[in-house]
Amino acid sequence: MEIFWFIVLMVMLGTYVILDGYDFGAGIVHLFFAKTEEEKKAVTNAIGPFWDANEVWLIAAGGVLFFAFPTLYASAFSGFYLPLMLVLWLLIFRAVGLELRGQVHNRMWEAIWDKAFGIASFLLALFFGAALGNVVRGVNLGMVENGVSTQEAHYFFLALWNPTFDPLAEHQGVIDWFTLLLGLVAIVTLTIHGANWIILKTSTDLNQRLKKVIFKLNFVLLALVVASACLWHYVKPFPLNNLQTHYWLWIFPIIGAVGLTGLFRINKFKKDSSGFIFSSMFIFGSFATTIASLFPTLLPSTNRVNPSLTVHNVAAHEYGLSVGLGWFIVAAILVVIYFIIQFRVFKGKMDDVGYGEH
Amino acid sequence: MEDMILYNRLQFAFTITFHYLFPQLTMGLSLMIVYFKWKFLRTKNEDYNNASKFWMKIFALNFAMGVVTGIPMEFQFGTNWAKFSELTGGIIGQTLAMEGMFSFFLESSFLGMFLFGEKLLGQKLHFLSGLMVFLGSWASGFLIIATHSWMQHPVGYEILENGKFVLNNFSALFNNPWLWPSYLHNQAGSLVTSSFFVAAVGAFYLLSNRHSRFGKIFVKSGVVFGVISSVILAFPTGDWAAKNVVKHQPVTFAAMEGIFETEKGGSEIILIGQPDMENKKLDNKIAVPNVLSFLTYQRWDAEIKGLNEFDESIHPTNVPGLYYGYHIMVGLGTIFIGIMVLAAFLLWKGRLYKTKWLLWILMFMIPFPYIANTAGWYTAELGRQPWLVYNLMRMVDGVSPTVSSGNALFTFLGFVGLYLLLGLLFLLLVLKIIRKGPEAKMTLK
Repeated sequence: MEIFWFIVLMVMLGTYVILDGYDFGAGIVHLFFAKTEEEKKAVTNAIGPFWDANEVWLIAAGGVLFFAFPTLYASAFSGFYLPLMLVLWLLIFRAVGLELRGQVHNRMWEAIWDKAFGIASFLLALFFGAALGNVVRGVNLGMVENGVSTQEAHYFFLALWNPTFDPLAEHQGVIDWFTLLLGLVAIVTLTIHGANWIILKTSTDLNQRLKKVIFKLNFVLLALVVASACLWHYVKPFPLNNLQTHYWLWIFPIIGAVGLTGLFRINKFKKDSSGFIFSSMFIFGSFATTIASLFPTLLPSTNRVNPSLTVHNVAAHEYGLSVGLGWFIVAAILVVIYFIIQFRVFKGKMDDVGYGEH
Repeated sequence: MEDMILYNRLQFAFTITFHYLFPQLTMGLSLMIVYFKWKFLRTKNEDYNNASKFWMKIFALNFAMGVVTGIPMEFQFGTNWAKFSELTGGIIGQTLAMEGMFSFFLESSFLGMFLFGEKLLGQKLHFLSGLMVFLGSWASGFLIIATHSWMQHPVGYEILENGKFVLNNFSALFNNPWLWPSYLHNQAGSLVTSSFFVAAVGAFYLLSNRHSRFGKIFVKSGVVFGVISSVILAFPTGDWAAKNVVKHQPVTFAAMEGIFETEKGGSEIILIGQPDMENKKLDNKIAVPNVLSFLTYQRWDAEIKGLNEFDESIHPTNVPGLYYGYHIMVGLGTIFIGIMVLAAFLLWKGRLYKTKWLLWILMFMIPFPYIANTAGWYTAELGRQPWLVYNLMRMVDGVSPTVSSGNALFTFLGFVGLYLLLGLLFLLLVLKIIRKGPEAKMTLK
């Protein structure tokens, strides 16, 4: 039963990363590449009617985590206290930037909220990448010092960084050179992803420039992916057991690789949707590969005293998980229906939606 | 340890108090916007469509504030109250996860269509998308109050040897005797906020002689919704909610009403007075004999237990706060009924739009429903203390073990600063929308 909820949770998180990921990417494009008022409008029109619904995937995934794996929810949310609070504040700034910009027609007002939206999106991409890095690297569960736990076995607390920025230090920080590297991967990936979404949903001159940007950034991304894979192996030997015993799991890295290489053909695509499909494939593939190789571990322990948190030792009780299945299936069908309706209503280009005009 | 608990409590109380300023308007206003839209579809009077569009602008802003301040609420169960989440997550996680799955997706998907899709959808589907937003917001309130009700009156659970609460009866969560009275009472409260809000903006337009056609529509619909909801707020829903407290949390009831000692021959109802905790009595009190017994048990001489009958370890931790919260709520609720009944009477007689002094009062009433709703929630939450799960788990046992007081204070201060900014921006923009008025060129598509 907990395996089912694990898959549900990961699908929801993956959906969140792909959907809100393009919003963050659009924010980064807005910050660095959209120059004229018309181009900025194009960016906000492309995500305006969607970002709010996309963010719901995070909240809903949080709810499912709370319900199905309460121990992990309690452990990780209190342990990653500071970065989570920063993420919350950034999410507030992102939303406020988007929603308030058009409320007053004044250059300074618009400039403030443009920056709030752009910078918050940039930092959110960084933090979510770093978050993945933290999960991969693991944490000092039970806050072991000199071989003795100072807390219950599944609790910990991470400072934002330690002076050495070393992922292998005893007192880890949320940000070290390894998690920072993954943050950088996330920024580049989501910039490409967001640019693809803007190309798909709008039709201004910005799109031609974005195609060039995507082409160049893709080389950067390829280099970063290779580098982080090697360093990953150095920080924590990449667990290959699952991939060795279950060959079908290789589908995930293959999907990721196809997504990444496909994007080099960005200038030859006939359809505006192709780029977005390839960047989604890359995100899905790399996310799923990470999850599949870690399974059943959810949060690795970096000490020998306390065991890692796994799908099995953090799950809620059997009865609750089973009754949850009933309402979840009903809700999931409804969600699919809403999304079909939403995509049909807002199909095609969004240039005329007039997001944020009051 | 004590500092740590204090900062965690302050942060949760502050963020939830600020957050709930927005959903209470969202829930009530969504119904009123749907009403305007429906009225337009029936009468084809463009004014009603413009009225609905005008309120949608305020609604959109208010909704966005509710969303951004709501996400921290879901996170804070885990960040600040980890032990509580770990032990009860199998139960309250159910209703919270259901809220995400059932109402947030519904609200957010259709809100986009409601705000940007009038042309794309056509009028009828546009009305329908508004109806969906309304349903989503009311479903959200329902599931939150189901969670709240479980904490007030735990049902359908068993406790394992390791201290974890596990669910053994799912439907019990929704048959909880605490749930329906609280939910209906809360929704009536939210309608009172939105009715007074709409009526106040209408009164402002009438008094300042601008947008008078809309002023009349707003005052009229505000008063009609207001008189119904403020009566329902007190009776039957407030009455039910209070009887629940008497039955399941008698010690809370004694503190709420300010009864330090059991009185023979029936309890008085206290209108005004200040609790003196040192000498266990009320100072400067004004009270009416025997009324409380009658309201509670429909018998003038029924005995109501005072605080003296309960062990001090289970007394609510903040008796004066609880007492004031309750009395502010009830006092304001009574005033709401008075004002709305009078306004409704004058409306019926056709004199309301000319009765300036009452329009002034309506205009200045804007903050009071917010205060009353907040005071009501303080009554509920302070009334549950010192427990997190009533009678089963104390608040001090629920806090995150690894978050230091310094970190908790840091984030509390951060929230205070950030929310102060949000509040100022919200006020500024709402005032701007109101000043522009419903006849401004509509660019919302």
